[in-house]
Formats: sequence, C-alpha cells, structure tokens
Amino acid sequence: MQQTISQKILAKHAGLKTVEPGQLINCKVDLVLGNDITSPPAIKEFAKIGVAKVFNKKKIYLVPDHFTPAKDIKSAEQVKMMREFAKKYGIVNFFEIGCMGVEHALLPEMGAIIPGDLIIGADSHTCTYGALGAFSTGVGSTDMAAAMAIGEVWFKVPEQLKFIFKGKLKKWVEAKDLILFTIGQIGVDGARYMSMEFTGSVIEKLSIEGRLTMANMAIEAGGKNGIFAPDQKTYEYLKTKVKLASWSVIRDLWAKFQSDPDATYKQTYDWDVSEIEPQVAFPHLPSNTKPVSKCKSVKIDQSVIGSCTNGRIEDLRIAAKILKGKKRNKNVRLIIIPATQAIYSQAMKEGLIDIFMKAEAAVSTPTCGPCLGGHMGILAEGERSIATTNRNFVGRMGHPKSEVYLSNVAVAAASAVAGYIVSPEDL
Amino acid sequence: MQGKAWKFKDNIDTDLIIPARYLNTSDPAELAKHCMEDADPTWINKMQKGDFIVGGENFGCGSSREHAPIAIKAAGVPAVIAKSFARIFYRNAINIGLPILESPDAVDGISEGDEIEVELAKGNIINKTTGKSYKAQAFPEFMQKLIDAGGLIEYIKRKK
Repeated sequence: MQQTISQKILAKHAGLKTVEPGQLINCKVDLVLGNDITSPPAIKEFAKIGVAKVFNKKKIYLVPDHFTPAKDIKSAEQVKMMREFAKKYGIVNFFEIGCMGVEHALLPEMGAIIPGDLIIGADSHTCTYGALGAFSTGVGSTDMAAAMAIGEVWFKVPEQLKFIFKGKLKKWVEAKDLILFTIGQIGVDGARYMSMEFTGSVIEKLSIEGRLTMANMAIEAGGKNGIFAPDQKTYEYLKTKVKLASWSVIRDLWAKFQSDPDATYKQTYDWDVSEIEPQVAFPHLPSNTKPVSKCKSVKIDQSVIGSCTNGRIEDLRIAAKILKGKKRNKNVRLIIIPATQAIYSQAMKEGLIDIFMKAEAAVSTPTCGPCLGGHMGILAEGERSIATTNRNFVGRMGHPKSEVYLSNVAVAAASAVAGYIVSPEDL
Repeated sequence: MQGKAWKFKDNIDTDLIIPARYLNTSDPAELAKHCMEDADPTWINKMQKGDFIVGGENFGCGSSREHAPIAIKAAGVPAVIAKSFARIFYRNAINIGLPILESPDAVDGISEGDEIEVELAKGNIINKTTGKSYKAQAFPEFMQKLIDAGGLIEYIKRKK
C-alpha cells in the first residue's frame, strides 16, 4: 500500500507495516516536550500514575519559556515545580533562563529533531518540527504525563492533505505569507484532525527556517501535523547540528521518509503563489487574511517581532534590513525578541541588535511573552498590535478589547516605522 | 444530567475559554472563576452548576492548554455539546473526563435557555423545551474504554 510520509512515521512507531486513516494506534515516542504552563498539570498527573521513573531521562524536554523570566510569584512557582521534577527524575533536558529559548526555536537549533522522529509536546505549536520531516503534534498535559511514564501515546491516524506551492515569490513575501495564505484559503478548521504535507517548487527553495515557520502554524488550520519531506536542505541543516547520528544515518532517513507517488490524499491544493502579496490576518482569526495592499489606515500602537513562528536569525536579518538607519514611529512601541540565546548572540555578532537599539526597539531576552498575553508587551483596552506571532484571538495579547494583526517580519518592521500597517514597498 | 443550554458561536478558542493571563496556576477552582471570560464575562455569574455549554464548529481550537476543559469541568458544566471539536481539546476532554457530545443537529435544534437532558451512556441529547431528541456521534471502542475508565491516567493504571 502506498503511504505518505506521515503514515510511514506513524506505522514505524506503532510497529506496523502500514496504517490507514481512522485507524487507532499506539505509538512509541522519540521526544516528549512541556513548557511552564503545561508541565505543572502534567507533573501532578504523572504522580498519580505511580511509576518510580520516567521512560527515558534524555527524551523529555522541559522548557520554561511562556512566563519566563518568571513574571510573577505564581509563574515562579510553576517553573520551580518543573525544576524540582527535572532534578528528582534526572531529566537531562531542562533549560534554565540564560540557556533556554522559545521551545520550538530551541529544539531544532540544538539538533534534537531528526527526520522520521515521532514527537509529542504539551504545546499546540509542537507541529513546528514537521519542517525537519518528523511527525510532531501538540497534546495536553495528561497525554504528556502518560508519555513521560510509558513512552507511548495513542493516535487516530489522520487523513492526509497535500499543498503544492508553485511559481516565484514576489519581493517581501515570506514563508509566513504562504501559511497565512493557506489558512485564509481553507479556514481555521480546514485541516481539522488532518496531516498537512507541504510540497512543490517553492517549498524546495524554502529554507529550513521558513519551513519551521510554515509547519508551526499548521495548528491554526486545525491540522494535526504539518510536514515537509526531508531533502538536501534538511540534510545540510542537520549536518551542522546533529552530533550523535552519523551522516549516513541521516541520509538513510532522508531516503526512507518520503511520500510514495501514489499515496492517497483526501484533498490536494495546487497553488501558483507568484502573485500573492504579504498577507495580514485581521482580528480575531488567523484565517481572516488580506493582502497588505488592502490594509488601509490601520494605525498601530505596537509591533512585536519574535515568537516560535518568526523569532529566528533569518527573521531578525529581515527586520534589520528594514529598520537600518530608521526609527520607530513615535506612536509605536517596537518589541523584538530573539527566540533563543544563540539567535540573540548571533544577532549581536552581525550588528543587528545595534540596528534595533538605534531604531528604538526594546530587545528582550528569549520568551513567548506577549504572543500569548503573558508579559513583555501587553496591550491596553482599544490598542492594536501588528505581530509576527501566530494567533490573533480575542484578548490574545492583553485586554479583551485589544487587537492583534498577524504578518510577516518585513511588514511588522515597516509598520513600526510608518505607524500604520504598510508594505515595505511603500515605506 | 439535566440543565439549561448556553449557546456559543463557532471557533470558540481556548483563549476565550480560559485566557492565558490566568494560566499562572493550574488550580481547577481558580481557573473555573474565569471560565469563558473573554467570550462572555458575565457568563460565570449567570450559569448554574449542571448547565450545558453548546458550541458550534471547531469548539476548543487553538492552544493545547488542558486548563480549558479543566475550567469548564470545574465550573460545574456536566458536558459540552458542539457541532465539532478541535483535535487537542477533544483529546484533553476525554483524558480528563469531561464528557463531550458531537451533534450538529442537536446544536441547530437547541436555543439559548432550552432545558436539556443528556443520557451519556446512550449518547442521547433531549431538548425538553422543544420535545425533540438527538443522537450524538458514538465514540470508537478504544475511546469509550478511556472514558469508562475515567480518563487516560486511570486507564493506564489499570493496564499496568
């Protein structure tokens, strides 16, 4: 039977030759992830199971990134609980501030993910790792607890969707625009319970960082996972990061985890994206997208550049290109958050931070912070922010009567300078 | 179980169910105080324990926060009826033992304030106000076992 890459990974981890959509399977996991919001309930549930140890001390990743550096006493208590749990069970991969990062930027960067992996994380944006050819999906705290104890998780095999992107991208159109465009086309439940496989000539040219941005937002279309078949780019990316696996192992994985030519898809979307512009998702759904040229007189109070979607070095380079020699509009607060310590450090070496400081940006240590209305840039009633983040739900960045507009990095940076939502073309 | 229906629109996301600003705790009673706050800040004071939440399509979309079904359960809602549920919310609800019923017909046939009875074991939803009854989609056998065990943790303990 012809299988997609997602089906092949699920089958392998379930100890089966093939799997079919709708089938209920039990899978072994390669990595279990939790953050400072989802880990505390997982730790409580883990205690109820009554096992003496975790299934594997090296395969559990605990990343306190949402409300850290601890924004208040309760948040500090939550991280303390994680820290103590990690110590008690000898969990190697606990990341303190100073070496942490936004989880979905941190794990790929440190080489924790390889093609063919099956990953679950108690964070909905765990789907990010599909960029490296892994089957990766978000779950809740109880699933995390169970997986920490037994190293297994149940799945219903999802139906498969295929997205083919063809053409040549216009200037200033980024990976973020491809995924916002996709969500705009199919809606916030257009891929509900399903796998989203991204392919086509545009995808082949896309950097791994761009693929991470796209896979990251599969959940915003309701998807179970987003996935890219590993290719030469994946291989080059991993070569610099993965120390344990030999190159030949990665080459084997690359060859093994490809979709068969006659695999079955519930639906295939075939788009020429040559004409699309940078996209802006208006409040209060990521599917509420418009081309940037159709955004007229949307004044903003804040611009946030960062998050697990767009806080990587390529993103910061784009921001610097726009902000160089310019200043933020006096009515706009510009907040830039490098997603990991290594990205921050690299940005300093390249002089990007200096450009941001001169543009009067507030540059923060890595944190999810404002993306989920945690801290580091909360909106007051009636305020508007453009953001490179992933959700624009009611109250997402603060007051229930504030608004978030989602965009790519170039548009967020240009808008910070203009004071209203604008294309970099028109700056 | 019997109670009043409170209707909510399509795409009720987890930030509406429990805003992130309250996620510096996972205490169910504390979370319940803010349940549905950004969808309707007055709801928690209007609702009675035993009342049902009736949602549209894609109920519970967004974040993986289990705090969302926990807040609903702790607020005293015995079950959520919706046209469809977002994937992670669906898993979480089953895992923590919050009953969920999927039935587009029932949702269309229920108005705010209608008196509803739910027979969970049979998947029956009865609108006492209109006299009409509906059948929710049955769970696959494995999920029904999880539900019968009282959630994932109990299920695993029994299997151990």
